[in-house]
Amino acid sequence: MQLHQIAGNDLLLDVRNLETHFYGEDSVTRALGGISFQVKKGETLGVVGESGCGKSVTALSILRLLPKLTARTVGGQVRFHGRDLLELSDREMRKIRGDQIAMIFQEPMTSLNPVYTVGHQIAEAVQIHAKASRSVAMEKAEEMLRLVRIADPERRVNNYPHEMSGGMRQRAMIAMALACSPELLIADEPTTALDVTIQAQILRLIVDLKERTGTAVMFITHDLGVVAETCQRVIVMYAGQIVEQANVIDLFARPAHPYTQGLMRSVPDRRRGRQPRLPEIPGIVPSLREPIFGCSFAPRCPFVIDICREKTPVLRDVGSSHAAACWRAEEVMGA
Amino acid sequence: MTLLSAPVEYVPTGRLRISDVPRLTRRHPLVSAGSGLLALLIILALAAPLCAGDPVNMDPFKRLQPPSAEMWFGSDNLGRDVFARTIFGARISLMVGLLSAASAAFAGLLIGVIAGYSRSFDNVVMRVMDGLMSIPTILLAIALISLTGPGIGILIVAIAIPETPAVARLVRSVVLGVRERPYVEAALCGGARLPKVLWRHILPSTIPPLMVQGATVCANAIMTEAGLSFLGVGVPPEIPSWGNMIASSRLYLAMAPLTIFAPGICLAVTVLAVNLLGDGLRDLFDPRAKRRR
Amino acid sequence: MATYILRRVVSTVAVMVMVGVFVFLLLRLAPGDPADIIAGPRATPEMIAGIREQLGLNQPLAIQFVHWALGILGGDLGTSIFTGRPVLELISQRLEPTISLSLLTIILSVTIGVSFGVLAAWRSGGLVDRILTAFATLGFSVPVFVVGFFLIYLFAIRIRWLPVQGYQPIDHGFGPWVVHLILPTVTLSVPYIAFIARIARASMLEVLSEDYMRTAAAKGASAYSMLFHHALKNAGVPILTVIGLSFAGLIGGVVITETVFNIPGVGRLVVDAINNRDYPIIQGVLILVSGLYVLINLAVDLSYTLVDPRIRY
Repeated sequence: MQLHQIAGNDLLLDVRNLETHFYGEDSVTRALGGISFQVKKGETLGVVGESGCGKSVTALSILRLLPKLTARTVGGQVRFHGRDLLELSDREMRKIRGDQIAMIFQEPMTSLNPVYTVGHQIAEAVQIHAKASRSVAMEKAEEMLRLVRIADPERRVNNYPHEMSGGMRQRAMIAMALACSPELLIADEPTTALDVTIQAQILRLIVDLKERTGTAVMFITHDLGVVAETCQRVIVMYAGQIVEQANVIDLFARPAHPYTQGLMRSVPDRRRGRQPRLPEIPGIVPSLREPIFGCSFAPRCPFVIDICREKTPVLRDVGSSHAAACWRAEEVMGA
Repeated sequence: MTLLSAPVEYVPTGRLRISDVPRLTRRHPLVSAGSGLLALLIILALAAPLCAGDPVNMDPFKRLQPPSAEMWFGSDNLGRDVFARTIFGARISLMVGLLSAASAAFAGLLIGVIAGYSRSFDNVVMRVMDGLMSIPTILLAIALISLTGPGIGILIVAIAIPETPAVARLVRSVVLGVRERPYVEAALCGGARLPKVLWRHILPSTIPPLMVQGATVCANAIMTEAGLSFLGVGVPPEIPSWGNMIASSRLYLAMAPLTIFAPGICLAVTVLAVNLLGDGLRDLFDPRAKRRR
Repeated sequence: MATYILRRVVSTVAVMVMVGVFVFLLLRLAPGDPADIIAGPRATPEMIAGIREQLGLNQPLAIQFVHWALGILGGDLGTSIFTGRPVLELISQRLEPTISLSLLTIILSVTIGVSFGVLAAWRSGGLVDRILTAFATLGFSVPVFVVGFFLIYLFAIRIRWLPVQGYQPIDHGFGPWVVHLILPTVTLSVPYIAFIARIARASMLEVLSEDYMRTAAAKGASAYSMLFHHALKNAGVPILTVIGLSFAGLIGGVVITETVFNIPGVGRLVVDAINNRDYPIIQGVLILVSGLYVLINLAVDLSYTLVDPRIRY
């Protein structure tokens, strides 16, 4: 099942049937139930879903950064430039991390090492991958801080994280991630922990830097507003599965999965003025510890019919470059 | 914002019932291993007169004998039965260890609770405790014993005193933490008298950490006793204790290693049992710590 | 910062005064007249009266204490009853072996203890971790002298690689000095390696689960750099603290180790002093050791700022 095959030389990342499990004391959580998607060179792909749907796990599985004791990627392939990252040795994987694929995290407050200066931490990436000397790397760090529009970078390179605000730390994280000009930047909810005004600034910065450097971005968020502003294509995830995949205009115009529709309804719409109460999706996300029969969204779905509870729907085309995993996708789109 | 990790503090996790014991044993192998070993040692110590020969009888014709059917661990330089002495030695070790731990725990509890409640007492007594803590245990014990000369009574006191400050500090910190808690404030606002609040609400919170600390103190005490006896300032030399046995046999290490290693291994096993029990209790009362282990 | 240092120094002085009072009272609490004790069993009443006068024992206790404390500050730790020599001189004669043993032990136990802790935390839950944790529990439970005799039996009596006991001053050559110190150092290090490894492991485990460790991994940092560069510095404060606090225990261990290996150090001096009821020596050693302990912990507290830039006083 390969939808909308992207031409070989345009393709950057090709994830196939990625399956990741978490191991508890006496339970196995199927955090990712075999997902497939692709990232093109230079595009911005949004990954949307509620917390716990597997967005972050996808990112960590790609970079092989899952906690070793409790999680394992048990199946699938992560092809980057045609090479399966899951097959690489630890050493080869380290060469890719931070150099070709970089990542920024949700918590700028805790994601920087408190005992080293920001400049030192940015320079480290340069030293590891460009084999640059310390002084050259520090110059690069300063340059990167200027690039992410931190005022007074000469002074800020010598600051410790606790001497910076949340927004500034996230800028520093972005500087660190981009220091080696990666081809793919995975941004895991980079604005969630920030104030609203700062969020907008950071978003603009990421979009802007993406334009300038041509790096592809995988933008993980639970905020459809962010997706609309930044992404070209979107993947919607639910309970460890991709339930819908489309370019951003199609997705917003005609969502084909009831879950996507629910998500959109629960976004406040400024144009419609004050609303009495945002509709929410009833029910809760299913436990991934027990096997799920049928569609995992069925218990919460307003469109549910008998087949939904018996057979699991697979992702199928519902339009040009638009796919959804729903038995009644066409009716949903029409609704 | 990330959740700030709460400071480690012990909260009573409900009452222990006898019926819980088997389940807890299975879930907490450290506690069961520790308490099992300890129980075995205590039984052995109590039954010493039944299962071992005379520990003090000297036989000049049977000096430094190798192990035999008559004397399982051989004999020492004065012809005494090493096996019998080792078994009887358990009595001293366990008695001194347990009594010192109990005294230190009691004194520390008293000082800690009062210090946690009275500022003026706190300032003075905690400085004294700081002072005591800065003197190495063995040296402090030696200094105290040097006042009267060796004896079991002074030994217990001399071991308990250096261990008291750590207990007092711990109890004080628990009291300081608990007294700010809503249920204590509520009890006080509701008109409960201070002694009753101390007894009903504050004391129970100190029990779990006190048990863990008590195990540590007990292990330390057994080690200190053996160390002092080894240095010749602990248990009077005529009483068979593990430290004394090792001290009196040290010149015969090459000829009769068992005279040293029999009490030495017993000593290590005893301390290990107490430490395992302490580790197990810590896991039991502070599940956060267990996840880290 | 300055106020913190000042406050810390003041409390250090307060603790030392406490120690002073305690040590001073030690002699006064001893059963019988201190002059009797100091004069020894064969003294005449005149001699005792002379000593009383000389020590100012007829003055109020507080005055006596001030005199005594001022003497210590001026470097006068009193005179040994048994040998009649100044206590400070006796102690300084015995200092070299004790300092050698202590320093080697600290170096060995910190390096090995921290490495073990880091390794166990890195391989947490695995076989290496289990072995190291078991070793830590065991090493913490076996008394120093039992380890000592075991090592002597194994390496000096059975396979004769190392001398049984004794000490060679470093003036007589580095080789003999080291050879004589190998077994004592290893012996004394066992509990400290266990102790430091335990603390290092626990604080490393905490640090390894922090977000910034994932950031470092995402940057492509190697395992070595992650552990020793990113994690260890963050785990440093608790490790430093226990190294400082374990110093008091180390001295206790030194006393026993010196006895096991017949090393003529300060520890032996104290043990001999007890047998001779030579109180001034015991007092002098207590004061010196406690002073050193308090100073070391002051230094440790102040060094936190070097390890963790967030700590500002």
